[in-house]
Amino acid sequence: MSRLYWLVSIPVLLAFGGAVFANRVTPFVLGMPFFMAWVVGTVLITSFVMWVIYLLDPANKR
Amino acid sequence: MNNIPLLIIAASLAFIVYLGLRARRGIEMNLEQWSVGGRGFSALLVFVLMAGEIYTTFTFLGASGFAYGFGGPALYIVVYTVLAFVMSYWLLPPVWRFANAHKLLTQSDYFAKAYGSTALGTLVAVVSLVALIPYLILQFKGIGIIVELTSYGGIKPAVAIWIGAGAMTLYVVCSGMHGSVNTALLKDAVVLVVCVFLGVYLPYHYYGGLGDMFRTLEEAKPGFLALPETGKNAVWYLSTILISGLGMYLWPHTFASVYTSKSEISFRKNAVVMPLYALVMLFSMFVGMAAVLQVPGLSGGQIDLALLKLSIQTFDPWLVGVIGAAGLLTAIVPGSIMLIASSTLFARNIYLVAAPSTSDANLSRISRLAALLISLIAVVLTLRGGQSIVALLIMGFSFVTQLAPALFASLLWGRLTNKYGVASGLCVGVGMVAYTVLAGVTMQQMFPAAPAWVHDVNIGVIALGLNLVTMLLVSAATCKVASGSIAGRLRSSPEPL
Repeated sequence: MSRLYWLVSIPVLLAFGGAVFANRVTPFVLGMPFFMAWVVGTVLITSFVMWVIYLLDPANKR
Repeated sequence: MNNIPLLIIAASLAFIVYLGLRARRGIEMNLEQWSVGGRGFSALLVFVLMAGEIYTTFTFLGASGFAYGFGGPALYIVVYTVLAFVMSYWLLPPVWRFANAHKLLTQSDYFAKAYGSTALGTLVAVVSLVALIPYLILQFKGIGIIVELTSYGGIKPAVAIWIGAGAMTLYVVCSGMHGSVNTALLKDAVVLVVCVFLGVYLPYHYYGGLGDMFRTLEEAKPGFLALPETGKNAVWYLSTILISGLGMYLWPHTFASVYTSKSEISFRKNAVVMPLYALVMLFSMFVGMAAVLQVPGLSGGQIDLALLKLSIQTFDPWLVGVIGAAGLLTAIVPGSIMLIASSTLFARNIYLVAAPSTSDANLSRISRLAALLISLIAVVLTLRGGQSIVALLIMGFSFVTQLAPALFASLLWGRLTNKYGVASGLCVGVGMVAYTVLAGVTMQQMFPAAPAWVHDVNIGVIALGLNLVTMLLVSAATCKVASGSIAGRLRSSPEPL
């Protein structure tokens, strides 16, 4: 089941990649500067990924 | 001249003390109950406790101040917090299992037990206290600033600090961790509402909406809302996230609150919800950004006043009072947890080592006496002020981060590290941090010939690297005379750690 844990690379890559690929103010996304929108998106995706891991992790079934 | 805010703040303080004192009802207060709540807290309580520690005056005043002063780079705070929450999914359950099996009470206990050395525990406790007391002082300073500003200068900081610290110490001594968790519930609710309200209303009030505020800011200060080319640029951002993310759970009080949980599943549940909670910090940053064009001219340490100054300029006194009360809570609740952690550290890892025959009941009394003394020392140091405290505070975070190699090694590479390696690594790392902070050395001075991007790397990376290398080398050299960590061997569920 530990292959599931590789999912965690998604938030980590998004978080670190943001500084390199999303470091700009425009275009505005939902009114937010692009960089900030990227961070907010990363947080939402992180929470979702952790939820999926939590649901599928056999450690939480007992 | 205006008593309404003062009344609101005083009433909140009285209510907090009442909640804190009431928490001890029906509990026979031994040291385990006092310092880790008898290891009986539910997932929700562990959540508010941990969120309570992370959302300190730093979040309330510091995050908004950082956003005011630097703009886009402030987002590093959200990102490192979220990554630390992700890490907690795998890190905290094995720590909790080990702590529960050995009935640990402090972070130093963990290192002492894992590496089989009480002397290592004492070394870690000394480093922890040097890091933690300035953090407590920062909370007291916060109390002084918040009460002075929101009482429109009616109450001098010294008075506010004595009263705030006194109230906090009273319920800490009586109720310990039970008092902190009881008040943390209220604090989280109030701070959540106040932060979101301010973050939505202020941009609307001054700019017509969040989107309009960002557009206006981009016109006035192009690029302010992203990372700059130099200074706090992408290299700084990434290295600071790394250092801060690794250090977050290494704060002794945060680490010890892991022990309060009654099950390990709480940590995995919280790892799902905590990232969303981190978004609340964005609202406090919105306030800081709204203040950029409304209360211009704050610089240096004054940027932390952005939120309060803008609020006072905008709102009626009663609302200023509510904001002041929320700010007071963000100082008192985390402060109380820091106070419990430092006094337990002193009792368990310093006093008990010097006087091993002390009975449990006596040790419990000594912890509470230590709480009183540490609080008194912190108040006196707060009032005397001085630059040394600021330097200590900058060092504090870097100090606790130096415990990261020993913690991760204890779980992942238990056979490759031992007490000699960990102790030498820690001394080298802490020494390096102290040297760079006290001597004011920059990356540029240290590596003048390196490419420009190296100069923006957070200097803490150097100390951490030296610490790691020393730890591994000394452990390898002494592997014949000392055995490794036993913490990673306690696997009761299929996990990678």
